[in-house]
Amino acid sequence: MLPYLARRVAALGVVLFAVSVIAFGILQLIPGDPAALMAGVDAQPAEVERLRAELGLDRPAPVQYVRYVRRVVTGDFGRSLRSHQPVVMDLATRFRASLFLASVSLAVALVIGLPAGIAAAVWRTSPWDTAITTASVLGASMPPFWLGLILIGFFSVRLGWLPTSGYEGSEYVVLPAVTLAAFSVATIARTARSCMLDVLGDDYVRTARAKGLAEAVVVGKHALKNAVIPLVAVVGLQFGYLLGASAVTETVFTWPGVGLLLVDAIKHRDLPVIQGAVLLVAASFALVNLLVDVLYASLDPRIRLS
Amino acid sequence: MKGGPATGRLLRHRAGVVGLGITALFLLVSLAGPALVSVQPMETNFRAILKPPSAAHWFGTDELGRDVLSRVVYGARISLELVLAAVALALLAGGGLGIWAGFRGGAGEMVAMRAIDVLLALPGFLIALVAITILGVGTVNLVIAVAIYSVPAFARVGHAAALALRPAEFVQAAISQGATEARILSRHVLPNVLSPLIVQASLRMATALLLASSLSFLGLGVQPPVPEWGAMLANGRSYLSTSPHVVLFPGLAIMLVTLGFNLLGDGLRDIFDLCLRSSQP
Repeated sequence: MLPYLARRVAALGVVLFAVSVIAFGILQLIPGDPAALMAGVDAQPAEVERLRAELGLDRPAPVQYVRYVRRVVTGDFGRSLRSHQPVVMDLATRFRASLFLASVSLAVALVIGLPAGIAAAVWRTSPWDTAITTASVLGASMPPFWLGLILIGFFSVRLGWLPTSGYEGSEYVVLPAVTLAAFSVATIARTARSCMLDVLGDDYVRTARAKGLAEAVVVGKHALKNAVIPLVAVVGLQFGYLLGASAVTETVFTWPGVGLLLVDAIKHRDLPVIQGAVLLVAASFALVNLLVDVLYASLDPRIRLS
Repeated sequence: MKGGPATGRLLRHRAGVVGLGITALFLLVSLAGPALVSVQPMETNFRAILKPPSAAHWFGTDELGRDVLSRVVYGARISLELVLAAVALALLAGGGLGIWAGFRGGAGEMVAMRAIDVLLALPGFLIALVAITILGVGTVNLVIAVAIYSVPAFARVGHAAALALRPAEFVQAAISQGATEARILSRHVLPNVLSPLIVQASLRMATALLLASSLSFLGLGVQPPVPEWGAMLANGRSYLSTSPHVVLFPGLAIMLVTLGFNLLGDGLRDIFDLCLRSSQP
């Protein structure tokens, strides 16, 4: 297990390095003068020059990069150009909201997707299977912003059951979580179905049936355990996806997460916030991937030995 | 895909046929669109603002009295152009890189494929947002961002296919005859990696459309008043409570076309019997 772990952690190091280069590179590649952009439109030339020296933007790029990494490691992400607050404060509260939304979405996706996929595999080619397969293709084709608007239109405007936007209590998470989960429900159901079908064709399942075990025991005890292993990888990836792609859902519901923060920052060219949000989302995505891989390998020795 | 067998098998694949039908309808509407509707998509009519669907306006009108049907039909052309351009760009860049790396091997392969691995280890949506931040908002930049998002998937497929071909006898024979690398790649390798790339392209059309319309919805892609479906939804959002038809139809169009691409891609994958499950959503 240890060599595998070492390999994966080394790979994470490479990804984190790439992430830091990308976040740093935004400042270098963006058209125009970053110092002028940071100083604001009504800044005097002297002010721009002072800022340039202060931020080290007059130094060579590699020197700037090392300075940037040193700052980020100590938790200094700079100050927002709009709110003038330290970026790290904004990121902390926003990330908590995004994490909460992603967790609830994943729970929704698992509770619906897993039983649906397993049922489709067990009753293969039944109308139930057709319905679930069709629904999962529809779910994968659903534009999340449209689903969100339709849900708001029906449950908030028409029925008045749930709030339309913001985050002021637990009922606020319902519609965003369902919207964000739709794609994952489809993916998880589809994967659960194919994993289960693979396992149900295996010899030991046939043996279990041959010795007269009840179908519920064969499926629930023998097949399920092995079908769940590859699912761990897919579910983990979904969690990363839910964190990384929540910008659209957060925008529809004005959910105060990192995604909404990032989209707003891009529109207002708030560079320190963009850099910080990109760094945070990408790093947490990579970290989730690592945890999933390690969990996967500890469940299935074949993975870490190959 | 030439000739009978593959076409015949696709026509017997139920989901594939539905996908083919939807895609064909989408192509027809985008190409013949202007001939199908009598009203211009930008034509405002202040006596018919936010009217629900009727005989005169099948999909109703928006907040400037513009005909929603006409805008959805013209939007089809825009979506087709966006998606085709982005996927073609990604296919050329990603597929080309992957095939080259898989065939060449060595240090070049290592560097190229590790770079692709790093891209895959990051959220694709975030990569697209970073691209928009650097390039700026606009239609051409949207195409580039969506293409960048799709490059790793094509590189992986191209790489795997070319790698599998390298030891093949006909490739080895061509090498031993002293054929140039360009000739081997174009005459022997390319024809044999086309089918997995075509399948991937069809599936990628679906994600490309979702991503392009998402970015336009966020205000980071095609800008109003151009009748792009995602941008129309962003606009119609404010009138959701009184005139849901303004968001209903453009969204339905996105979903239907995405569904068509997905079903067609699944069908093609099944008939080519490929195992191409991409881990990237």
